[in-house]
Amino acid sequence: MPPWLDDLLWTYQNLVYALGVNGLLALSMYVVLAVGQLSLGQAAFMGLGAYSSALMTLKLKLPFLAVLPLSVVVPVAFALVIGVPTLRLAGVYLAIATIGLGEVLRAVYLNVDLFGGALGLSGIPERATAWMIYGLLGLAMLALWLIGRSGIGRAMEAMREDETAAQVMGVPVQRYKMGALLASAMLAGLAGCLSAHVSSFIGPNEYGFEPAVTILSYVLLGGIGTPLAPVVGAWVLTLLPELLRGFSDIRLVLNGVIIVFAVLFLPNGLLAVRMKRIGARTAA
Amino acid sequence: MLAQQLVNGVLLGAVYALFALGFTLMFGVLRVINLTYGFYFSAGALLALWMARQGAPIWLALPLAALGAGCVAVVLDWVLLTRLRRIQAPELSSLMVTLGGVLALYSALTSWLGPDIRRLPPDLVAADAFHIGEVRVTAAQLLILGATTLLVAALLALMRGTRLGLAIRAMAEKPDAAQLMGIDTGRAAALVSFISGCLAGAGGVLIGLNFNAIHPYMGEAMMLRGFVVIIVGGLGDIRGALLAGLALGVIEVMTAGYVSSGLKEAVAFLILVAVLWTRPSGLFGRAVLRRA
Repeated sequence: MPPWLDDLLWTYQNLVYALGVNGLLALSMYVVLAVGQLSLGQAAFMGLGAYSSALMTLKLKLPFLAVLPLSVVVPVAFALVIGVPTLRLAGVYLAIATIGLGEVLRAVYLNVDLFGGALGLSGIPERATAWMIYGLLGLAMLALWLIGRSGIGRAMEAMREDETAAQVMGVPVQRYKMGALLASAMLAGLAGCLSAHVSSFIGPNEYGFEPAVTILSYVLLGGIGTPLAPVVGAWVLTLLPELLRGFSDIRLVLNGVIIVFAVLFLPNGLLAVRMKRIGARTAA
Repeated sequence: MLAQQLVNGVLLGAVYALFALGFTLMFGVLRVINLTYGFYFSAGALLALWMARQGAPIWLALPLAALGAGCVAVVLDWVLLTRLRRIQAPELSSLMVTLGGVLALYSALTSWLGPDIRRLPPDLVAADAFHIGEVRVTAAQLLILGATTLLVAALLALMRGTRLGLAIRAMAEKPDAAQLMGIDTGRAAALVSFISGCLAGAGGVLIGLNFNAIHPYMGEAMMLRGFVVIIVGGLGDIRGALLAGLALGVIEVMTAGYVSSGLKEAVAFLILVAVLWTRPSGLFGRAVLRRA
């Protein structure tokens, strides 16, 4: 590696990590939106992955190669407890339950000694590397792209457009919705584990309402045409505050406004990669 | 001790019920989970704080703050949701748009006012307390009881006893048919937003009085209670929200008193999940669920 590139990576190390982790989070939101559901639990799942993996490293002294795959267990368990009852119902129930999950977990982290209270957990050894983060991101994108191209991808798109019609055509709607939520919880849990093991500190306020909505803004900026689009959305919104001075103060306001504009005026995202298909549905 | 906890719980629950009433009314009539709802709560509390600092007495600050929050609600509903209602967009769109809107509003408010917790002027409500046997009731608590009773009674009277209420109930039943019967649904929608905003704003002032802590994000913490109450009571069910709100207040106070105050949110959430597993139409719900 040439020395200037080495310097650059060293200087912007945290940004390099953040871009990869936020890319994973964007994918975790994308999976659920791709089947026409809205889960606001990504930040909560990330927090569960971060706290559970940090405790496995700090208290149980497990090696990172065991901790990383195990970090999906707790988020998946929570996704099952919330997903099984809500996915049978209209979409608002999943959204409500997942927003509630984030608020509750924050209160639990703050008040239970095991999680370090307001101070969070610190001294987590830096065991993750940029290679791991980007390797996983690449794998996840590849997997989602392959799924999207397959028959399952078509079924998911059909569910997003009209769930009842998809069900009538024989798409196993419940199974795909559950699968999407579990995949989303896994991706977010992995992202949480990786970010905890590069930043050495995690706290209760990192996984609340603001990050949950921010993750949604990544995906709505990018659009859900392909798995690449949400990742690009995440990168743009992660880079902007770094590039423009004074921007970080209004970062959250902007994230919110992006969601409003995207929903009202740009239903395919700013970076709509795929053209809208001929005969795609117009406003009903 | 138990009697005191029960009284505190019922009073807290009365405010939860008030807050959730507007939320469930909005869903029942407009078919939208409007996530900006918590912001009206913050707006009401902050408006009352500002007026109290200008020297306004509580009997003036409370209603004005509630009306102000109602106006905020009408404006936000118009900006964020009229367009989506017109094109009959799927419910996820309206969820997402209100979510983005509320993040922008909270963070703008926080960067303007700062995240600090503010206190109401100490002489706003008399510090007197009354003793009934062993139970101690403060003047602020009496005010909470009086204001919530009055507002709930007014809402029920409006919904059950006036032509306006009839129009709103018709709209909740079947919006298209209501429009064909000559109801101005746009105006009724604005009115429902206004009423809901007033209820949330009044709730904000009363919670601000109860805990004497006001900050921009207070509405977000309240949303969890709102979710629990409207799901346990049954989405859109006014009577259910009243009962579930009171019950939640008592349960929270009991949890804080006998288990741990750090776990009261967790208990509320457990109730929410348990109801979703067993009775998703709400404890009192008979309504047919719109299954996906």
